[in-house]
Amino acid sequence: MKLIQNRRAATDSWQLFKPVPAEGEAEVTFTAVPAEGDAIVPLAQWQQQKDALLARQGRTGVWLDAHEGADLIAADALSLPLIALNFPKFGDGRSLSTARLLRERYGYQGELRAIGEVFRDLVLGMHRCGIDSFALRDDQDVDDTIKALEELPLAYQASVDQPLPLFRRRAG
Amino acid sequence: MYIYDEIDQRVVDQRVAQFRGQTERFLAGKLGEDEFRQLRLRNGLYVQRYAPMLRVAIPYGILSSKQLRMLAHIARKYDRDYGHFSTRQNIQYNWPKLEEVPDILADLATVQMHAIQTSGNCVRNITADHFGGVAQDEIVDSFVWCEIIRQWSTFHPEFNWLPRKFKIAVNGATSDRVATHVHDIGLHAVKNEQGEIGFRVVIGGGLGRTPIIGPVVREFLPWQHLLTYLEAALRVYNRNGRRDNPYKARIKILVKETGLETFRAKVEAEWALLKDGPNTLTDAEVQRVEARFPKVAYLSLPAADAGLKRQLESDTAFRNWHQRNVQAHKVPGYAAVTLSLKKTGVPTGDATSAQMDAVADLADQYSFGELRVSHEQNLILADVRQSELFALWEKAKAIGFATPNIGLLTNIICCPGGDFCALANAKSIPVAAAIQERFDDLDYLHDIGELDLNISGCINACGHHHVGHIGILGVDKNSEEWYQIEIGGNQGETRQGQIRNPLGAAIGKVLGRAFARADVPDVIERLIECYLARRDSDAERFIDVVHRIGIEPFKESVYGAQSAKAAASGSTAPALSVPA
Ligand code: SF4
Repeated sequence: MKLIQNRRAATDSWQLFKPVPAEGEAEVTFTAVPAEGDAIVPLAQWQQQKDALLARQGRTGVWLDAHEGADLIAADALSLPLIALNFPKFGDGRSLSTARLLRERYGYQGELRAIGEVFRDLVLGMHRCGIDSFALRDDQDVDDTIKALEELPLAYQASVDQPLPLFRRRAG
Repeated sequence: MYIYDEIDQRVVDQRVAQFRGQTERFLAGKLGEDEFRQLRLRNGLYVQRYAPMLRVAIPYGILSSKQLRMLAHIARKYDRDYGHFSTRQNIQYNWPKLEEVPDILADLATVQMHAIQTSGNCVRNITADHFGGVAQDEIVDSFVWCEIIRQWSTFHPEFNWLPRKFKIAVNGATSDRVATHVHDIGLHAVKNEQGEIGFRVVIGGGLGRTPIIGPVVREFLPWQHLLTYLEAALRVYNRNGRRDNPYKARIKILVKETGLETFRAKVEAEWALLKDGPNTLTDAEVQRVEARFPKVAYLSLPAADAGLKRQLESDTAFRNWHQRNVQAHKVPGYAAVTLSLKKTGVPTGDATSAQMDAVADLADQYSFGELRVSHEQNLILADVRQSELFALWEKAKAIGFATPNIGLLTNIICCPGGDFCALANAKSIPVAAAIQERFDDLDYLHDIGELDLNISGCINACGHHHVGHIGILGVDKNSEEWYQIEIGGNQGETRQGQIRNPLGAAIGKVLGRAFARADVPDVIERLIECYLARRDSDAERFIDVVHRIGIEPFKESVYGAQSAKAAASGSTAPALSVPA
């Protein structure tokens, strides 16, 4: 796994768990999470198995798919060490709003990680929305992607990385 | 126009460097076709039918003469010596080379121009009333608000990957000259009873496949809250807009499927949490932006120029031009002049580099070095002294930009269509030319009076055919080009002052079966004859008659009495050739 954390190449201690796709009428099932090791589980699994997951030795993080809103994890956000946001398709920006909401509205301080289509030229926008860790798509180059975070250092609008819009800083 | 400060300049320069890197990685094979597509689209670069097409932003339609000369230079150096002014106040170049695009952008940046967000699923170039700052019915200068929104939307990190493109229009006057009701968001400046300035917010209008007259989501938004409200609306859209089907991804579909009340409640709830936050606009910021638009040094002149009066009396051709192409101005002694790019035989909106240079000279000489591009694809000199109109007219004639047809049938809005656009179902330029040729008689044209005729080459509706009084749409039937005609569309009440029967925005109704290209001018002629026979006086326009008597009589005039019914049933049989 290629990972960037806080603008640096990093090794990953977390394992990502995906739900087992349902066949026919069957309900979605979840992959069993071992007692040891840090695990990122789908939101639905977290909601159903929260106590069991917390009873494990390893830490537990939660990932939200793009259609799952920040409000669904808001109540637990402050106690979670990691939340991951999925970008299922190049060009799907739903999780960008989720990221800002988690940071700005729900006060989430832990690691916020992008997963899925995490591509060099998209990380800057993600970063500005409060995402500080990037699980890159396999074909992406870590060093080159870190450089992308330095592009467009000037921005007009307020966001997580810069809570005041330029016009308030310009005025000052 | 807004003059950049050092920060604005750096923002654009940064983007040129970033895009150069992306292009180089693509050419070196390090960036896939699909991903580069998404990235180049964010910078106005399409790959079209024959070559790439680069769309350069003319933010809210204002240009300095220096910028226009740069656009001419680009046409000469990198393209085939002309550019196409689009219906969204942009200019498009049809023949640039991909590897040269970064150089074009660097050239543009030297005159504070760019191609940022002129395509892609993001907030596009904001459009404005082309008489902003000079109209007699002005409430606010729309350009100031457009610039504030432009800065807010430029590389907005949260709203750069929306479900679909997003178009915002700002109208600063009482009459609506930007068609606020057919944009994703239309902002119409209003003054409330206390004399405070705010905006009426229309969300979810649009043309294209599903034309919708946008509903008013908020009657009065105090100006301080403009950006927080936009953030709330965009956030609701970004989270909830459909992404499963590009044809259903515009915000108009979200508003329609959610229901206006629920949609409004969602936006208001989100806004309640953003309101009064750091994005709340301040007097200081509005004044700062205002101050960066150069003040026009108007002379104090008599309201009516005596020389002009004499010229109007003695020269009929000048009088015709003055009547159609000259607008009243809020400052006494001045007028706003529209240079028509709609000369018969010239593709709508096209201008050669020599013409651009010539217009730049006219702007310098007569209009404080500034000009505007209207969504009707004409150029406007907004601050001309009345005493100089005659001289300006003569010079405009010499370069072919003085056709006295503004507001008339031959002032056709027309998309590039099948001659250039990969998405087209049919050509549009030859249709416009054929109609212009048919209605070449100026007296007849003036007698017909105000009429908007708009043509699109496919249902993407770049030619705004739904809001033309007459709209023509290219359709494909068994790989043949046919044309569907609608009437009764209206972009909004564009006239200033005391108006009989003000008309709101409306979507046109389809007459019936489509026509072969060769028949289109005949059909238009029949519609016009039908109108002329039924109008109560020449003050009643084509559109007024359609709204008064409905489309049936027009249908009959085109299809004949018996076949009008069959046409209405939407049968797909080949079109009748119109009887001679
Ligand atoms: S309306 Fe269709 S044919 Fe015309 S420019 Fe738009 S996409 Fe192309």
